[in-house]
Amino acid sequence: MKIFRNISTWINSKRLLTLLLLLPLFCQAHERPEMADTFRSSGKIYVVLLVICTIFAGIILFLVFLERKIKKLERNQHNHKQ
Amino acid sequence: MRKSWWKILCVALLVYTIIGGLLFPVPALALIHESIRNLYFHVPMWFGMMTLFTVSLVYAIRYLRSGNLKDDIYSVQFVNIGLLFGALGLITGMEWANYTWGEPWSNDPKQLGAALSMLSYFAYLALRGAISDYDKRAKISAVYNIFAFALMIPFLWILPSLADSLHPGSGGNTGFNTYDLDNHMRMVFYPAVIGWILLGVWITSLTIRLNLIEKKDILNEDIS
Repeated sequence: MKIFRNISTWINSKRLLTLLLLLPLFCQAHERPEMADTFRSSGKIYVVLLVICTIFAGIILFLVFLERKIKKLERNQHNHKQ
Repeated sequence: MRKSWWKILCVALLVYTIIGGLLFPVPALALIHESIRNLYFHVPMWFGMMTLFTVSLVYAIRYLRSGNLKDDIYSVQFVNIGLLFGALGLITGMEWANYTWGEPWSNDPKQLGAALSMLSYFAYLALRGAISDYDKRAKISAVYNIFAFALMIPFLWILPSLADSLHPGSGGNTGFNTYDLDNHMRMVFYPAVIGWILLGVWITSLTIRLNLIEKKDILNEDIS
């Protein structure tokens, strides 16, 4: 009988109530899709950003130089015609 | 086309896309997780391909009306760079699918449609390679270009939305726009699409100019 009384007091205790109330919160925390939440914490993601921007700048510079070369060819062709 | 303001705009939009695409907040979704950021890089490849193919169609029709070989050069170069964008879209899609759908190729209707419409444009290039007479080649390939474009529309837009697709936004799957409640993704996605399309047009304009110089003898004959 003592055990039952213990259990009933435990059930009635505030601790369990708060636990029950918080249960949806815990569940939600587990259901939330895993994202890269610590992705930016070390700050090193900015290094990756820098690398991508460098490669992109390289490609754009290549295009600009290529365009210059073509422009020169076009000018030569134009002079040749005259 | 030789003005530089739109090229500067293109670079600015793409730098914004890279920075915003990697750092701006995105909705948290199961399975996709952070890979949702691929939306800014994989999807604009298809927008770029379709834009370039559409411009190519316009020049094919212009060639048929005018008979000017210059329009033919424009048309074929837009297909070339469009295929480059399509190939990049296909490869990035397979890379993305490998980590979200479990395998790179799952015979998804949209994957098949994209591959088939690209094949029809590869056939365009093969057809051109098979004809040595310039005028005949230009005329036949311009007609085929219209046919290939007409094939692309059902392959990319109609058939995938009729069948069950793994792609978001078709076959009962919700599109990413339903999760993008605070429009954070749209703020990067639209500039990304414009920026990548402009880059495609830029590259195409360079290959066109190079081709015009290379084939100047034929073009001059054409004029005289």
